[in-house]
Amino acid sequence: MIEGYNFAYLDEQTKRMIRRALLKAVAIPGYQVPFASREMPLPYGWGTGGIQVTAAIVGRSDVLKVIDQGADDTTNAVSIRRLFANTTDVATTERTQDATIIQTRHRIPETPLREGQIMVFQVPIPEPLRWLEPREAETRRMHAHADYSVMHVKLYEDVARYGHIATGYDYPVVVDGRYLMKPSPIPKFDNPKLDRSPALMLFGAGREKRIYAVPPYTAVRSLDFEDHPFRIEKWDESCALCGATDSFLDEIVVDDRNKRMFVCSDSDYCQTRRAHGHGPATDSQEAAE
Amino acid sequence: MIAMQAGFANPVDDAQAAFRAVLDAIARPGRLAHFAAPAELPPGLGRAAAALALTLVDMDTAVWLSPACAPSADWLRFHCSARVAASPSAARFAFANAAECPPLANFDLGTNEYPDQSTTLVLEVPSLASGGSLALRGPGIETVEHVGIAGLPAGFWGQRDMLHELFPRGLDVVFVAGDVALALPRTTRVEG
Amino acid sequence: MYVAVKGGAKAIEASHALLDQARRGDPATPELALAQIASQLTLSVDRVMAEGSLYDRELAALAVKQARGDLVEAIFLLRAYRTTLPRLAESLPVDTDAMRPIRRISAAYKDLPGGQMLGPTFDYTHRLLDFALAAEGKRKTVEPVAAEPQADCPRALDILDREGLIEKVAESDASPPDLTRDPLQFPAERALRLQNLARGDEGFLLALGYSTQRGYSSTHPFAGEIRIGDVDVEIVPEELGFAVCIGEIRVTECEMINQFQGSRDLPAQFTRGYGLVFGEGERKAMAMALVDRSLRAGELGEERTSPAQDEEFVLSHADNVEASGFVQHLKLPHYVDFQSELNLIRRIRADQTREAAE
Repeated sequence: MIEGYNFAYLDEQTKRMIRRALLKAVAIPGYQVPFASREMPLPYGWGTGGIQVTAAIVGRSDVLKVIDQGADDTTNAVSIRRLFANTTDVATTERTQDATIIQTRHRIPETPLREGQIMVFQVPIPEPLRWLEPREAETRRMHAHADYSVMHVKLYEDVARYGHIATGYDYPVVVDGRYLMKPSPIPKFDNPKLDRSPALMLFGAGREKRIYAVPPYTAVRSLDFEDHPFRIEKWDESCALCGATDSFLDEIVVDDRNKRMFVCSDSDYCQTRRAHGHGPATDSQEAAE
Repeated sequence: MIAMQAGFANPVDDAQAAFRAVLDAIARPGRLAHFAAPAELPPGLGRAAAALALTLVDMDTAVWLSPACAPSADWLRFHCSARVAASPSAARFAFANAAECPPLANFDLGTNEYPDQSTTLVLEVPSLASGGSLALRGPGIETVEHVGIAGLPAGFWGQRDMLHELFPRGLDVVFVAGDVALALPRTTRVEG
Repeated sequence: MYVAVKGGAKAIEASHALLDQARRGDPATPELALAQIASQLTLSVDRVMAEGSLYDRELAALAVKQARGDLVEAIFLLRAYRTTLPRLAESLPVDTDAMRPIRRISAAYKDLPGGQMLGPTFDYTHRLLDFALAAEGKRKTVEPVAAEPQADCPRALDILDREGLIEKVAESDASPPDLTRDPLQFPAERALRLQNLARGDEGFLLALGYSTQRGYSSTHPFAGEIRIGDVDVEIVPEELGFAVCIGEIRVTECEMINQFQGSRDLPAQFTRGYGLVFGEGERKAMAMALVDRSLRAGELGEERTSPAQDEEFVLSHADNVEASGFVQHLKLPHYVDFQSELNLIRRIRADQTREAAE
C-alpha cells in the first residue's frame, strides 16, 4: 500500500458523504442523487465516479474485479485495479463468480450474477434526457413529474424514420416503473441482465457528480412500443475462440481485405469456457486460421 | 465527571463494515443486519443505532433526537461533530424511540426535484424478527419477505401508507433493536 | 490463430518509464530545481495555484515540473492532491482594502487617490524576442520598494458609490455555499458562480469574456480598478474567539464598472463585475469580472441571449480538470459501444437496401 493516503484513497469524511448518497440512491431506485464528487488521481471521464463508489464500499474482505469493455486486461481496467491494489490490500480476481464487487465500464458480465454481489458502473453522462434537453433545471423538473414525453417522442421518431429504435448502447430504461435511467454505455444486449438481477447495481458519475442505483430484484424495463418490442443484438457468428453463441462479440479485423472474426467481449467468460473444453465451432475455425 | 464512551475502535474498518450492513439492509428490505461495533454504547442509543451514527453522521448532517435518545447528544457532538436539530423536519438523520416517534409527516420528506434530501429515521423498537406477520414487497425483494417489528405506535403503518402517494418524496426508516437492524426504504409496500 | 491481446499492465509500466525519461529531457542539461520554477516561472505557478485551488507555490512548482510544463495537467495534479487534505478551518473573507499592492491601476479615472501604480507588467513592453535573455545573466535592477498598505487608496468604485451612481453591494453574513462540498445546483447564486469562475479555465473565460465585448451580451465594461498585491489570511480559532493571521497570499482583484440602462425595477446606474484569483493573474481576473457581470443578466432583468449569460452553459464547462478528462476519455477503448453502432448502422443499411429493392 502507498504511504500517506487513507485506506481506499478517500478520507473518511468523503466516504461518509458518498455513503449517504448511496443509501438514498438505493432507497429511490433510478433517481440520480447529486454528490460532492472529488477530484481523483485518474482523470474525470476515466471512471472517477465508479472509483469513488468502489472506494466508499470496499472492505478488507472484499474480492474486487475490474473490467473495461468486458475484459480484465484492457489498459484502463488495469490502471483502476492497480489504484485499488495500491490503496487497499483487497484481493482481486478476474473470475466473475469469485468477485464480491465488480467495477465495470461498458459491460455486464455474461456469467449470471448472484445475491450479495455488487456491480459498480462507471457513468459518463447519467442524465437520460441530456441529449434531448441540455438544461439540468429542466431535466430535473421532468424527472420530478415523471414527464418523459420528450423521450417517447424521440423513440417514436426513430421508429418512423428507421422502422425501429435506433439506439445500440446506453439504451434508456425505466426503473421500478418510475424513473427513466441511463444504464451507462452498456450495449443493449446487456439491458435484460439489469431486470430483477439478484445483485445490487450502483452507478457513479464523477464528473457529472451523480450517484444512482438499482436494488436487487427490481424491475428494469427497456423502453419500447407494443408493435416495436425491445430486441437485443444477435450475431450470425460464434466466438472464434470458445464457440459461444450467447455472448456479446467483438469484431476483429484480421487483414487489410476486411476479413474479420468475432470473439467474446467478456474475457473471463471466454477463458472459462475454453478451460471447460469448449472451442471454436467448425465453420468459424476457418476464419480464425 | 464521567468519561465519554469510546467510538469505533477501528474507525476505518468498523465504519466500512457498518456501512455495508446498512447498505445491504436498504438494498434488501426485511433482511436483518447485525452490528458488532462499537464495543461501548453511549447513553440513549443501542449498538446498531450508535454504529449508524458513527458511520453516517458528521458536521454536514443535522440530527434530531427523541427524548429517550437525547442523552447521546454529547457523544454525537464529540464523535461525529454532529449538529443537533431542534425539530424533526430540520434533520437529515433522526434517532427516535418507537414509543416517542413523531407523526411521520413531520420529518423532512424531500422535494419532488430532490427527494434524496429527506430524513433517514433510525427507530429503536423492542425487537425485530424475520418471519413475522408483516409481508413486504417492492424493490430489493424477490417475491415477499415476512418480518415482525414490535412496539410501533398505533397508526404508524397508516401514516406510512399515506406517504406512498407522495413518492418520490418519502421517508426511509431503519428499525433498530439492540445489535440488529432492518430497513424499510420508501418504496417497500407493507401488508398485515 | 488469433490470441486476445494481453499485457496491458506491462505496457503501462513501460509507458510510465518513457514518460519519466521524456520529462527529464537531455541529461546533459541541468535538472530544473523547484526553486527555479517557483521563482522564474512565477506566472505558470500562479495559474496552477489559481485553477488548482490550492495556494502553495512549492507544490504548484512540483506539479509544473512533473507535468512537463503542461499547466492543465499540473492543475489536475494539484487538485487531486488538494482533495485529500483535511479541512482544518475556514478563513475570514480576505480584506482587499488592506492589500499591500505591487500594482494598482484604474482605467476609469485619470488619477485618483493612491495614484496609478504600474508595477511589473507586460503592458508597455514591446513584444520583441529579447535575444540578450537567451544568453542568460541579463538583469535590470530597480531599487526594491516594499509592498506597503496604501494609506489613502480608496477603491475607484467607492468613489462612484459615494455619488450613488453604482449599485450597492448586497452584504450578507451568511456562509457562502461551498463548491467543493456540495455539487453545483442550478440556479446558482452569485457566490457559487464566483467560486466556479475563480477556478475556471483561463482560456475558456477569456474567450467568453471576449465574446461579451463583441456583441454577445454587451455589458459596456470599464476596468474600474485592478489591484495585485498581498493580503492577510485570518482565521478565528474556536478556542481563542478572535481572529489571528496565519499568513499572507498574493491575489489579483479586478472590479469592472458596467453601464446599465436601468430596468422596470432599477434606475439607470453603473453595475459591477468582479474577479479575484490567486497570484498574479490579471487576464484571468478581468475575464472573470466580465463573465461575472454577464451571468448577472437574470437578476438585473436583462434578456439572456448569449452563451456568456447562460449560467448552466458557463458553469458546467468552465472547469478544465473536468473538460480535459472528458475530452480525452475518448482515447479509452470503446469497442463495445462501437460494435453496437456497427450492428445498428448495418441493420439500417440492410433495411434501406431491402426497401429500395421492394
